[in-house]
Amino acid sequence: MAKTNDAAVIAVGVTDNHKSAIRSKKTGLTNLSERIMKYIFTVCGITAVACVLMITIYMIISGAPAIGKIGIIDFLFGDTWYAKKEQFGILPLILTSFFGTFGAIVLGVPIGLLTAVFLSELAPKAVRNFVKPAVELLAGIPSVIYGLLGANLVKPLMYRIEEIIYANDPGHQFTGGANLASAIVVLAIMILPTIINISENALNSVPNDYREASCGLGATKIQTIFKVVIPAAKSGIASGVVLGVGRAIGEAMAIILVAGNSANMPELFSSVKFLTTGVVAEFPYSSGLHREALFAVGLVLFVFIMIINLILNGTLKKGGKKEKTAKRAGKA
Amino acid sequence: MNKKLITILAGVAVAAMATGCSNEATSSTASEQSSTGNPSVTEESKASEVSSTGEESVVTEELSGTLSMNGSTSMEKVIKAVNGAFMEKYKDVTVNLNLTGSGTGIQEASEGKCDIGNSSRKLKDEEAEKLEATVVGLDGIALVVNPVNKLEDITIEDLAKVYSGEITNWKDLGGDDKAIVVIGREDGSGTRDGFESIVMGDKEPQYAQELESTGSVINAVATTDGAIGYASLANVDETVKALKVDGVEATEENVKSGAYAVQRPFICATLKDSDNKLVKAYLDFILSDEGQALVAAQGAVPVK
Repeated sequence: MAKTNDAAVIAVGVTDNHKSAIRSKKTGLTNLSERIMKYIFTVCGITAVACVLMITIYMIISGAPAIGKIGIIDFLFGDTWYAKKEQFGILPLILTSFFGTFGAIVLGVPIGLLTAVFLSELAPKAVRNFVKPAVELLAGIPSVIYGLLGANLVKPLMYRIEEIIYANDPGHQFTGGANLASAIVVLAIMILPTIINISENALNSVPNDYREASCGLGATKIQTIFKVVIPAAKSGIASGVVLGVGRAIGEAMAIILVAGNSANMPELFSSVKFLTTGVVAEFPYSSGLHREALFAVGLVLFVFIMIINLILNGTLKKGGKKEKTAKRAGKA
Repeated sequence: MNKKLITILAGVAVAAMATGCSNEATSSTASEQSSTGNPSVTEESKASEVSSTGEESVVTEELSGTLSMNGSTSMEKVIKAVNGAFMEKYKDVTVNLNLTGSGTGIQEASEGKCDIGNSSRKLKDEEAEKLEATVVGLDGIALVVNPVNKLEDITIEDLAKVYSGEITNWKDLGGDDKAIVVIGREDGSGTRDGFESIVMGDKEPQYAQELESTGSVINAVATTDGAIGYASLANVDETVKALKVDGVEATEENVKSGAYAVQRPFICATLKDSDNKLVKAYLDFILSDEGQALVAAQGAVPVK
């Protein structure tokens, strides 16, 4: 069984001629090293799977008891998170994470997509050679740096805006700029590189025939971009957006410095606590049920990320199919 | 065949890793448990009792055993620093420290489950019946505002109103017409617990920002005009302004004399009738010049 498998592995990517040549060279020693390598690869593969499994099991084991003790309805839909009084309702946290991510997408996707269009379709080569590495560098900046900049630049700006908007509203609790709006701005900047890079790749992989055909029919360059190229690349763009969502929802360090961290229901100018920042801020001091509840918050976050990954896999598969049909059409 | 073998081996490896993890977890909790569950001193060399005739140095050399303590997270830094030096001095002594909060520490000390209960609040009357409270340090909590704020002085009652959202503008306190941004620490923080227990009474706090460290509070207050925050006295720097509370300036001297109200004691609570030599040695050490210097180095106000 193993031998046929070996042959199959070697057969991949080599022509028949090469195959026979390799087979004739396969003395005992090479055979052994081939097999050892195969085992090493297998072990590496299993390590990754084992990590995922262990994390999943660990999160469920450590998160589930608290959900059981608090009650799943009270936990997921309770509107008060106040650890001191043992009130562990995470609805404000879930909604904050949801709206924070949603806001970041609303703000980040148009900018990111248009930047990608610019880079892929319109930019002169010299500009492109400058902007592209800059965008890639943006992706590599540690998130805590975004947080520091947010705390010292975005927060004061939001404070000014807040003071103007709520100047005559004594009922408003002033957040000093530490609010959902600041968090959304920081998150939007953070997910830009993800969206730009992936969308740009998707746009680049649209066959040139499409553009030529569109222009040949009399469409302008901008018409071609919006009516032909973007629709053709939409599954790739969608996966960029989903990856952006994943990054935004899992982010903690960048927003803990700008979100205010009071567990209020999300409003643009109210202090809010995300699922992630709740865990980061409270874990060091927590004990007992509070600590277990934080694990449960982690579990909820974990489930969200899993769902996002499933969606991503779905869009990628769909995109893969479409691209194949597109290529076939292009060849014909 | 071979493939199957590999799968089995890998499975075993994964299982081993998993159990390894869980074993570690249980053993570490077990050791924590045992430290609290231990009947105070496990072993004391008889030689020390024989030779404890006068010269202290002789006694110090021969102390040995395990000292268990439990309690306040606020005192963590202070106690850890002292414990380190204490164990350095008495090589045969092990100090086990748990941090489960003042309440638990006091309870375990009074039940004899641990030798010393660390508390960052005063003992209640019923607790003081069984326990001897030794104040080893004081923690002053400064109320800080942005330097542009004209206000110099605030009363405890007004503080409670500010932090519960009843007063929302500095003009109501005699300052500029500027909304108050209420900044504090995250749930579970010892400073927050201390502040609220001293100032808030039964009022519910309404924070605009709950930050995860003293440094973040100072930074936020320094960058926000209308902000007020609280921080351990030792962490206050020139980027913020500390308010007088009830007319008393937040200084080390005023904390020590008790004039400054927003402060709390760091207490080592021990059973009254205890004749545990390790406990005595520990309290002597923490109240010595060396121990008090360590207390001060960790940001608390020394009592001596």
